[in-house]
Amino acid sequence: MFSNILNAFLVGGTLCAIAQILIDKTKLTPARIMVLYVVLGAVLTLFGIYQKIVDFGGAGATVPIMGFGYSLAKGVMSEVSKNGFLGIFTGGITATSMGVCAVIVFGYLAALLSKPKGK
Amino acid sequence: MGFNITNKEYNQKVKEASKNSKLFLDVILAFTVGGIICVIGQIVLNILKMFNFDKETLSSLVCVIMIFIGSFLTAINIYGDIAKFSGAGTLVPITGFANSVVSSAMEFKSEGIILGLGSKMFTIAGPVLVFGVISSVVCGLFYYLYLLIF
Repeated sequence: MFSNILNAFLVGGTLCAIAQILIDKTKLTPARIMVLYVVLGAVLTLFGIYQKIVDFGGAGATVPIMGFGYSLAKGVMSEVSKNGFLGIFTGGITATSMGVCAVIVFGYLAALLSKPKGK
Repeated sequence: MGFNITNKEYNQKVKEASKNSKLFLDVILAFTVGGIICVIGQIVLNILKMFNFDKETLSSLVCVIMIFIGSFLTAINIYGDIAKFSGAGTLVPITGFANSVVSSAMEFKSEGIILGLGSKMFTIAGPVLVFGVISSVVCGLFYYLYLLIF
């Protein structure tokens, strides 16, 4: 119970630290870092590498945005092995539908109800 | 005096040293804050494990809860304050994705709640979704070919 919390801290922290180094050392903007991380997460999942990181780090690997790429790739791969060719088009969004829906609904409501910062 | 160094060189050295220590501090802060956010996710996961959800639903639920926390903290202007010093530590977790949606929407609230909010909320999240979905299709295609061949 406590070892998986420590692992989550270490893995999640490391992924954030790498992104911080990229921000400071290169000209990548935060938005580009997010895109890069999602694509990287999907690619690493395709090669079976990210699954190992998830097995070790738990939420430390799934909470960072790379975990979004992981869910997309994992979903598409399981759907392809179940339904064949059409799975290529359904797998990714099916697996991440809950998260995407939450972002749209909570994001919209939060922005709607928020008060802009005092100027 | 034992220092064979001009003022200019000295200033240069100070600048370099402070640059490096700034990077070091940034990385430590990003590591700590990012780690703590993931620990919160892990605690939520550990609690949800007590109920009988299957594995996929479990990780989706954690994702939903973290998105809720991120949106909420952004709307009450707390997430931005944490992000000021933690850099990538608040950007990389999924709460940062929610933050990017809410904060860009909040900025354009004056343009109306349908077109202003509805379109500007995807200023940063849009590219992430587009490239995420494209990479999932590419991965699916490669995996399909892999299954055909082997």
